Amino acid sequence: MSIAAAQKRSFGAVLWDYLTTVDHKKIAHLYLIGGGFFFLLGGLEAMIIRIQLIKPENDFVSAGFYNEVFTMHGTTMIFLAAMPLLLGLMNAAVPLQIGARDVAFPFLNSLGFWLFMFGGLLLNMSWFFGGAPDAGWTSYVPVSTTSPGHGVDFYVMGLQIAGAGTLIGGINFLVTIINMRAPGMTFMRMPLFSWTTFITSVLILFAFPALTVGLFLLMFDRMFGTAFFDVSLGGNTIIWQHLFWIFGHPEVYILILPTFGIFSDVFSTFSKKRLFGYTAMVFATILIAFLGFMVWAHHMFTVGLGPVANSLFAIATMAIAVPTGIKIFNWLATMWGGSITINTTMLWSLGFIPTFTIGGMTGVMVASVVADYQYHDTYFVVAHFHYVIVGGTVFGIMAGLHHWWPKMFGRILNETMGKLTFWTFFIGFHLTFFIQHFLGLMGMPRRYWVFLENQGLDLGNLISTIGAFFMAFGVIVFMINVVYSAVKGEKAGADPWDGRTLEWTIASPPPFYNFKQTPLVRGLDPLWIEKTEGKGKMTPAEPLGDIHMPNPTFLPFMMSLGLFVAGFGFIYQVNYDWAYGLLFGGMAITLVCMLLRSLKDDHGYHIPKEELEGKAK
Amino acid sequence: MSHDQSLNPEIMPNEPEKATLEGKNKFLGFWFFLGGETVLFASLFGTFLALRHSTADGPTANELFGLELVFIMTMLLLTSSLTSVYAVYQMRNNNFKKMQLWFGITAVLGFAFLGCEIYEFTHYITEYGFTFRSSAFGSAFYALVGFHGGHVTFGLAWLIALMLRNAKRGLNLYNAPKYYTFSLYWHFIDVIWVFIFTVVYLMGKVG
Repeated sequence: MSIAAAQKRSFGAVLWDYLTTVDHKKIAHLYLIGGGFFFLLGGLEAMIIRIQLIKPENDFVSAGFYNEVFTMHGTTMIFLAAMPLLLGLMNAAVPLQIGARDVAFPFLNSLGFWLFMFGGLLLNMSWFFGGAPDAGWTSYVPVSTTSPGHGVDFYVMGLQIAGAGTLIGGINFLVTIINMRAPGMTFMRMPLFSWTTFITSVLILFAFPALTVGLFLLMFDRMFGTAFFDVSLGGNTIIWQHLFWIFGHPEVYILILPTFGIFSDVFSTFSKKRLFGYTAMVFATILIAFLGFMVWAHHMFTVGLGPVANSLFAIATMAIAVPTGIKIFNWLATMWGGSITINTTMLWSLGFIPTFTIGGMTGVMVASVVADYQYHDTYFVVAHFHYVIVGGTVFGIMAGLHHWWPKMFGRILNETMGKLTFWTFFIGFHLTFFIQHFLGLMGMPRRYWVFLENQGLDLGNLISTIGAFFMAFGVIVFMINVVYSAVKGEKAGADPWDGRTLEWTIASPPPFYNFKQTPLVRGLDPLWIEKTEGKGKMTPAEPLGDIHMPNPTFLPFMMSLGLFVAGFGFIYQVNYDWAYGLLFGGMAITLVCMLLRSLKDDHGYHIPKEELEGKAK
Repeated sequence: MSHDQSLNPEIMPNEPEKATLEGKNKFLGFWFFLGGETVLFASLFGTFLALRHSTADGPTANELFGLELVFIMTMLLLTSSLTSVYAVYQMRNNNFKKMQLWFGITAVLGFAFLGCEIYEFTHYITEYGFTFRSSAFGSAFYALVGFHGGHVTFGLAWLIALMLRNAKRGLNLYNAPKYYTFSLYWHFIDVIWVFIFTVVYLMGKVG
């Protein structure tokens, strides 16, 4: 695979390239495709929910199907859309931002993606094999242990496989950021997106194993007849809630912190100013992450943990508003007096500030124990978490996509369509969810299939559904924009936004070895320093030399495929003995691939420096 | 970094496991992995502590456990950790043969431990009818101790693959980090066992 091989290739060759790639930039493309696919799927499920609730006592879908749809909507959006899309942006930007040629473990990077993809596919196979999971995205026991059919089994196995992939991705970014920064790139010179990726990876590392254990216990109870959650044999159902939320609450910050990083980079770029309060931003991120681990039981106020536990968790939860407030003020101060450009990226970021602030305020309201007894399991809570997760994460992903699209694909997304996407989505979002606060206060419960006539809920639900159609329209315009830009989009130079950080010092899209020579970093916003001092480009930190590259490999795909097959085996061994064949066969594929990986030395290859000479940066 | 893996033994560095960037990455990445494993076992310990008295009229910990066997198992595993320290010491001395020997002894001790555990489990099942499904206590016990046993099994498979693969190749900068991360893993398993010994067996005996 030399540089000269960049000619037109057949579809099969491109496909094989993506199936075997270990290049973090191509893995970023894969994450966007996978995460984008599941985002559309989750969006479709959301539309079914909203159409069902368009009028009182609607019969658009059956009650059982409705349970499956809202369960899959939550699960898909959190695990298979939001997180993978964020991992895609991280893969696209972080190694470039810190001046690295690659991630620390290219093989594991690929493995992490394929585990996510096959885990997600396994979960969604449930639609074709007799019913999707229907116990809510939190899969509370005993609803989930007594759920008939195999829906919850698909949930358990799919999330287990996808979760392993996420954990691998987290470790990879931790090591990459610690060990692979360019000379001069100290921790306190890292762009905020790299910082938040780092902290998010810490959260992934310490949160996901709790989910792993929870899923194992649920799997044992459902598939092997154990008694963890079986009260008649001494089991305890609250254990599931604890394990789930010890994972689940940090998960909220796994979703939101990376986008805080995106917004920080966007605001400083498009205000032409250094980020205000950089140090405070870093420490606020760390503090939010730390507190994020301390507050899981605020999801369990009504369980009956007692007033002391409830009060402590309530206070700890409200404390998170402080570092988050620091961040909001720092973003505003970054723009204050700056030379601001308003484009689509900036619109998503500006729209985020009021939206997320509303979500944060309702968060403090929900954190107040006494009031929570009123809000609990109503549409108020639904409105709250959509304000933070859509208003924070989805807006952030959209800002990040518009910001780094030229770097990733070499084309700029169309501005007119971008603005149309933003405005329809933004208005639709507030139409859909603002009114749900009031629906919740009026007593409309979440997860219910129908509501009754003449209870004051008709108009609110109608408006909410109309808003959802606006959002769907916005997403369709974005998809058209993606296709349009691929065909006719404006070609992007190395630095289309007059950027400040290292990713804008190399061509768009970057060469597969990233940096011909590792840059020397002299401060925060290294490219901006060189621009203001008149040079405009980075000084290399090393002489031109051979570049070491990892070999492409098909093993990660096969390992994940093995687990996918074994997943079916685990699910169906309950009813059929032949399923043991799938179970052992699938595990054998995975283990043999692991053995091959450890027995066969893979030293990679080198690009000789003669080939690099004369090539543009 | 990796094109000069087969280093001349005379110029082998003091810490061969961390001499290359790949080695440093493996070393650090593995420490993080163990951090995640800590949460995994902490969750299992938490579950066990919540359920350890939920015997549902089945056998209790006090009736089941015999400390003699557990003492032998503890000694086997602690000693295997010590021998893996000797192995890493020999790695630092660039003495490949002795390193393989000490890792070999580690593997033998690991298998002895695993044998005792298999004996223990079959004993509980055949003598007391105490299984994974007997009670919430049974589920939690087999989950926690079994996860540990699964880690031991995986570690032994890893070690044997490593030793056979490199038997004729000697020590180099490519496989030194692999041996080293294995030793980290093995110590981790040992630490977990110390907690299991205390929380499951000693506390089980005392009540």
